Amino acid sequence: MHSPVLTLVLHLEEVLIVGAALFAIGLYVALSKRNAIGILMGIELMLNAVNITFLGFARMSVSEDPIQGHVFAVFVITVAAAEAAVALALAVAIYKHRETVNIDQIDLLRW
Amino acid sequence: MFLPEIPEAAVWAILFLPVGSLLTIAFFTRPFPKLSGYVTIAAMAAAFLLSLWVLDSVIETDGHALPFTSHEWLSVSTDNPQLAFLGGQSLYVDIGLRIDGLSAIMLVVVTSVSLLVQFYSQGYMAGDGGYSRYYMWMSLFTAAMLGLVMVDSILIVYVFWELVGLGSYLLIGFWFHKKSAGDAAKKAFLTTRFGDVGFLIGILLIWTKTDTFNIPLIQEIAQSGALTDTVITVFALCIFAGAVGKSAQFPLHVWLPDAMEGPTPVSALIHAATMVAAGVYLIARMFPVFQASEEALRTVAYVGGFTAIFAATMGIVSADVKRVLAYSTLSQLGYMVMALGLGAYVAAIFHLFTHAFFKALLFLGSGSVNHATGTFDMRKMGGLRKYMPITYATFLIGSISLVGIFPFAGFWSKDEILVSAWNEDKLLFFVGMAVVFMTAFYTFRAVFLTFHGEYKGGEVSDHGAPAHGAANAHHGKPHESPFTMWAPLVILAIPAFAFGLWNMPFDGMDRLGHLLEGALPHESEEQLHHFEFNFAIAAASLALAVVGIGLAYAIYMAKVISAESLQKMWGPVHTLVENRYYMDNLYENVIIRDLLYRNVLRGLQWFDTNVIDFTVNGAAQATRWSGDRLRQLQSGSFQAYGTVGFAGLIVASVLMLVLVER
Repeated sequence: MHSPVLTLVLHLEEVLIVGAALFAIGLYVALSKRNAIGILMGIELMLNAVNITFLGFARMSVSEDPIQGHVFAVFVITVAAAEAAVALALAVAIYKHRETVNIDQIDLLRW
Repeated sequence: MFLPEIPEAAVWAILFLPVGSLLTIAFFTRPFPKLSGYVTIAAMAAAFLLSLWVLDSVIETDGHALPFTSHEWLSVSTDNPQLAFLGGQSLYVDIGLRIDGLSAIMLVVVTSVSLLVQFYSQGYMAGDGGYSRYYMWMSLFTAAMLGLVMVDSILIVYVFWELVGLGSYLLIGFWFHKKSAGDAAKKAFLTTRFGDVGFLIGILLIWTKTDTFNIPLIQEIAQSGALTDTVITVFALCIFAGAVGKSAQFPLHVWLPDAMEGPTPVSALIHAATMVAAGVYLIARMFPVFQASEEALRTVAYVGGFTAIFAATMGIVSADVKRVLAYSTLSQLGYMVMALGLGAYVAAIFHLFTHAFFKALLFLGSGSVNHATGTFDMRKMGGLRKYMPITYATFLIGSISLVGIFPFAGFWSKDEILVSAWNEDKLLFFVGMAVVFMTAFYTFRAVFLTFHGEYKGGEVSDHGAPAHGAANAHHGKPHESPFTMWAPLVILAIPAFAFGLWNMPFDGMDRLGHLLEGALPHESEEQLHHFEFNFAIAAASLALAVVGIGLAYAIYMAKVISAESLQKMWGPVHTLVENRYYMDNLYENVIIRDLLYRNVLRGLQWFDTNVIDFTVNGAAQATRWSGDRLRQLQSGSFQAYGTVGFAGLIVASVLMLVLVER
């Protein structure tokens, strides 16, 4: 009866490593992609990496007021949604106008 | 005397009348040459009448200054801490009039000679393409000259001093299409500028020592002994440097003979009567300063004496009648300067006064001759007495006055200088006597060669205005000049003959001297020496003059002595003098070309290209190179900025982890 139970103990370090990795991937995508949509996706990844970090700290560190981390994450999700809406709308508008979303070609204001 | 005292505005009007004619010609009458001439003549006539009024008022005050106050022109107060570099000295520049015996007489000389010359120019310059321009620059020159003699601030004197230099430059180079005229203009301007640098240094020196530019005040301070001897001597010599340039004294005399490239009336006005006398005027104006320095006076006397004899020798060999007059002017200016150096202030200005008239007369006479024959070369003239009786008669009067035969004007003024020389310095007296002899010789050499003997045909005009001369030469016989030209000659002959009577060395008859002495401060006036008329000296100088004339007669009229054999006998000396002692050659070829261009300037040029240009161009290149590199950073790409930003963030974080102690 005694079956080996796989106890999954989540440690703070692991959460932070996942968050950092996710942030790094998002950063890389945001800085290297030429496609505006890709860049937005990278930014989205970075925001979520930050959320993971917030929640990790909220759950696993000793804190007087752990709810703060959760609240912060909810705010980030809200702002990210608004940002995505605006940014995608801009991308669509630019695409309609110039038939491209390659940011190398969108350089009208560059000296 | 006859009129009420002149108001200040009327004196200013003397200065602004020619300024007005200058502007009128420049803006309105330039396309109408005749009208331009009339405007100038009218302005000059009015200025002359006002000058007579000035003279009348000054006679009333016995030559003392009229009570005009100076007007503030600009002031820089040192209350402002940003002006600390002035050394705590406030700068006040005032403009005012100094109308006394000296300036009143100068005003009369300048306006009267100018008026006659302008009138004469109507004939001489007739048909010249630059007729209006000529009158414009003549107005400019006269205005500057009048300003120079009437203001009371040495700084403003300097301003007008440079303006007369400009007028002289423009008029010498009037026929600028001739290279020789352009070169002569440049030479005159640069040579006089050379002396003016000294003048400017003197002005700055006296300002730092006395805090003022006001001439009467400077005179007073110099006489009071508040300044050290060195300062006074240096100041006086600096002023003298300016005078040496303007009055063409040795060693800056080289420009005056070349200045004869200008139209002849210009030579008469500027290079005989007025501008070259400005140097003498300046020394006279600052005379109390010179009195305070024995060394300065002696320098002035010897430079003047040397110039007088040095220039006279060159006058003897010149073949160009106008150049003979130019050398004669140099020599006579040397006489005046020598007189000032000997302390004979009145005699110097008296000679300036008579010289202005008889030398202007002689120059205008030579212009009249040129008008008829188309040349200034005396070897191509001769016999003009028959064809040009008026010119001959007036030229003869001018010559006799220049030589100094009793009772012509030149006799009285020259005699006064000789008497002073006899009493002050015997060496200079003998120099003066030698000059009397030489003057008589070269003057009458010119008279005999030009007006006596046979007419040798003249020449198709090469001197500037092509209209005159040429036609006459073709007709074969020269004829008298038109009325506009001979009338001024006749009028000038009167002062050349009679104005000596204004200052005869007898009691109660030295009215001019009285006026001039009134212009000096009281202490300075007391230092003047007065010498009795010396019959022996007068007789000796007269005898020498007659011998000089006789010698000229023997060589050029009676031909008892052959000019050619004399020339051979004096061979090397003649060549030396004919080449102006190689002074021009020395200046132009040795000093300027070899020393300055080949050495000093080449070094400066090397420095310029290799140091200054290198630095400037290097700075430009460095800026461009770094700009090229730095603009690469400004890609305008957010992603590039982001990458750098995050890289910086990482570096900063790592550094924090490493460096900050826990």
